Amino acid sequence: MPASVLVANRGEIARRVIRTARQLGIRAIAVYSDADQDLPFVAEADQAVRIGPPQPAASYLNVDAVLAAAAQAGADSVHPGYGFLAENAGFAARVIGAGLTWVGPPPAAIEEMGDKINARNLMERAGVPVSAGSREPVADVAAALAEADRIGYPVMIKAAAGGGGIGMSQAASPAELAAGFETARSRAERFFASPAILLERYVERARHVEVQILGLADGQVIALGERDCSVQRRHQKVAEETPSPGVGAELRAAMLAAAELAGLAVDYRGAGTVEFLVDVEARDFVFLEMNTRLQVEHPVTELVTGIDLVQQQFLIADGEQVSFDPAAVRPSGHAIELRVYAEDPKRFLPSPGTITSWSQPSGPGIRVDAGYLAGNTVTPFYDPLLAKLCVHGADRAQALRRAAAAVAEFEVAGPKTNLPFHAELLASAAFSSGDYDTGLIARLRA
Amino acid sequence: MTQVRAEMVANVWKVVAAEGDTVADGDTLVILESMKMEIPVIAEESGTLTQLAVAEGDVVQEGDLIAVIE
Repeated sequence: MPASVLVANRGEIARRVIRTARQLGIRAIAVYSDADQDLPFVAEADQAVRIGPPQPAASYLNVDAVLAAAAQAGADSVHPGYGFLAENAGFAARVIGAGLTWVGPPPAAIEEMGDKINARNLMERAGVPVSAGSREPVADVAAALAEADRIGYPVMIKAAAGGGGIGMSQAASPAELAAGFETARSRAERFFASPAILLERYVERARHVEVQILGLADGQVIALGERDCSVQRRHQKVAEETPSPGVGAELRAAMLAAAELAGLAVDYRGAGTVEFLVDVEARDFVFLEMNTRLQVEHPVTELVTGIDLVQQQFLIADGEQVSFDPAAVRPSGHAIELRVYAEDPKRFLPSPGTITSWSQPSGPGIRVDAGYLAGNTVTPFYDPLLAKLCVHGADRAQALRRAAAAVAEFEVAGPKTNLPFHAELLASAAFSSGDYDTGLIARLRA
Repeated sequence: MTQVRAEMVANVWKVVAAEGDTVADGDTLVILESMKMEIPVIAEESGTLTQLAVAEGDVVQEGDLIAVIE
């Protein structure tokens, strides 16, 4: 185990990493921007270092500032959380170059999976199913139209360097593709500093199901079960559950095996997630992308397996064995995560503001990973995640009941939150039946 | 005369229209950015943009004036 860790992140995930670090006797160092100085993760760390003004580019994305903080605080490892610098291979390499332990995968694995086209090609060679799609970047509209003819409509237009659902759009015809292509290119350029675009066959009725993997210190890769992340708005996840109600034993076994192959193909170490698209009608799956970091929704896996994934990250980063027997993992019960966002529950528009009161649920099977307390201000500079309300039940029915009761108990005043949406979601037949797909929210709002 | 105001705290990412422009109902005037989301501010009536009260990089509070259409 490292003796100390700098947590290069903010909000709920910084707080969550700090909690495990402290339990393990690792000195936790927080970094914060001027917008975040009053948040609980700053107070709960053993030491906190200011790294800059609120704008992410000047603080949490500022590699030099983060590394300077690590040197100043005498950190001997860096945990990136998710987002910000977590999938920045250059940052990982600089951490390692500075003689610190990087609590994440090898920079080469980040780089290979970071380019979506490279990742697709690599997965195809490794025997992981991929959808019909681009094998090289699509340069212009003419090339896109030719490529779409080969793939077949409808197609999805994506940024090759992208993620987080930003800049994705679909096209059902050549006219839509021609219109969408330039928009996709300019967004890719702005958000990901690369205009490379790929096309993929669009699946009409799909579930988004991902597999948690751990690359162990000895090179073995193990899969710790799946998470269903089909409840999405603007291609971003809102609720997740495990096990997936849409995946049977046979499909699950095939997906877990494919996820292990994906990890082996990039010599993966630490926690990672392989995302798949499950075709509801065809009952098969294709590789979407791999997230080379801890996921936002990792708690549902922790709840059903009893494994602290952040602890395993620390152990693997230091070349040690994991804390459990990989051959004896038996997931138990059902877990659901609801992302509580500062946004209005109807149109999902951001709603920053000062939190005047905060009362969160507690009790058997309830876990709340929150980034804020009463009195904190939610600023417009970062994503709208306030807290993750996670529940665990003996089965899905119990988890659903616990979730509904917990949502009713959760009271936040100040910013608008999507808690009323979660109440609506849990009460809907579409969600409670388990028979849903990524179009669920659009249909609830139609 | 219509005053267009900010619906939330946000950063002004892009100013699309200019003072003196003739705008139509539904035209994008300004694009705000808040919580990693782009929020277009739309003209709700047709007319002339007589005032544009924000510049790129500004931070607007809920209710702040963005533009005036006459």
